[in-house]
Amino acid sequence: MAKLRVGVVSPEREIWSGDADMVIAKTVDGEIGIMPNHAPVLGVLVEGGVLRVKRGAEGDLVAAVHGGFISVADNDVSILAEVAELGSEVDVAKAKDALERAQASIEADQDDADARIEAKRNQARLRAAGEDV
Amino acid sequence: MGAQLRLLRRRIKSVKSTAKITRAQELIASSRIVKAQLRMQAAVPYEREITRAVTGVVSNTSTVSHPLTVAKEQPRRAGVLIVTSDSGFCGGFNANILREAEALAGLLRGRGIEPTPFVTGRKGVTWHSFRHREMGGQWTGFSRRPAYADAKAIADTLIEAFSAEDGIDEIHIVSTEFVSMLTQAAVVKRILPLVVEETTEAPPTPLPYFEFEPTAGDVLDSLLPRYIESRIFTALLQSAASEEAARRRAMKSATDNANELIRVFTMQMNQARQAEITQEISEIVGGANALADAAAGKE
Repeated sequence: MAKLRVGVVSPEREIWSGDADMVIAKTVDGEIGIMPNHAPVLGVLVEGGVLRVKRGAEGDLVAAVHGGFISVADNDVSILAEVAELGSEVDVAKAKDALERAQASIEADQDDADARIEAKRNQARLRAAGEDV
Repeated sequence: MGAQLRLLRRRIKSVKSTAKITRAQELIASSRIVKAQLRMQAAVPYEREITRAVTGVVSNTSTVSHPLTVAKEQPRRAGVLIVTSDSGFCGGFNANILREAEALAGLLRGRGIEPTPFVTGRKGVTWHSFRHREMGGQWTGFSRRPAYADAKAIADTLIEAFSAEDGIDEIHIVSTEFVSMLTQAAVVKRILPLVVEETTEAPPTPLPYFEFEPTAGDVLDSLLPRYIESRIFTALLQSAASEEAARRRAMKSATDNANELIRVFTMQMNQARQAEITQEISEIVGGANALADAAAGKE
């Protein structure tokens, strides 16, 4: 079966690239699963989404992706993220701490948009690291 | 010791310490160029991908017009983003950029467009504030190591000014392009209204028809600002690498000049010392001769 060539890039560095069987990402319309020979797609990713790259025997690659795009053409999948972090790179304790702080400031001020984004991002980071949130 | 000799010794000492400083600066700059180049290369995949995506959308949706891509018929004001460095000691780096910016401003005025400078880098900011020129925006403190957030902040300001009712109608960017270790060129680019810069290799096949999630308009809405941010970020990174390269070159020639000065002064000092010794000897010989003559006269 054909493979997907996947690249996860952020403005400051290339985070990961390699072959995969399937890519699952979350766009503003909902989850999208990309398999080989998928029609060309350009989608906007949600803030605080979790990206899952299925690689068969090697296991899944999970990353927290905050905003950005997914573009698929010709079995090339690129994920352009403003900020992205591999699940294995997440500092779980720090992310939990940041999440608690963000939730506390949301409780104090319901309209705190920054804190909401911060909370979402940290939830995504924790999910990417394999934690339950 | 003669006064001239002391003077020369003092000068040699001071030039030597200057040479030490410039040599250290040169070495620091050399190591920083490498890091700056690495950062530049790390940003390439993202820029390439986003350019591809924008090209894809624009070629697919020629019917969709977006405020960021449509040129106004009668442009009246233009924003010029000038990328300079925070610190000096980098030769003609900032002078080149500012000269290029002035030339662009003249060109724009000739077309009846009033330019507004947006400046990054302390050197450019002081240059403008010294001349009491109004700036549309100014950013400092990151010229050596720009982060994406810096580019984002700049892009936000520019896009906001661009979208405003009586804001600016065009945005140009004046920055230094890192061609190679030895060559850096000041370049002017127009970033808004958008001209999608083609990647160097032309796509071998016509781009496929894309599906959009959610819609082409929405994708364009969020894609174009990212593209502009990426363009600005690239300009900042290139400028950072160029700054270090310019600094290395300036510091290298300063070190060379200092060493040349030391050579000349050492020669002068040796001459002065030799002259002094010669004079002393001839004084002693003269004195001895006079004594000998006097003794011979007595006899």
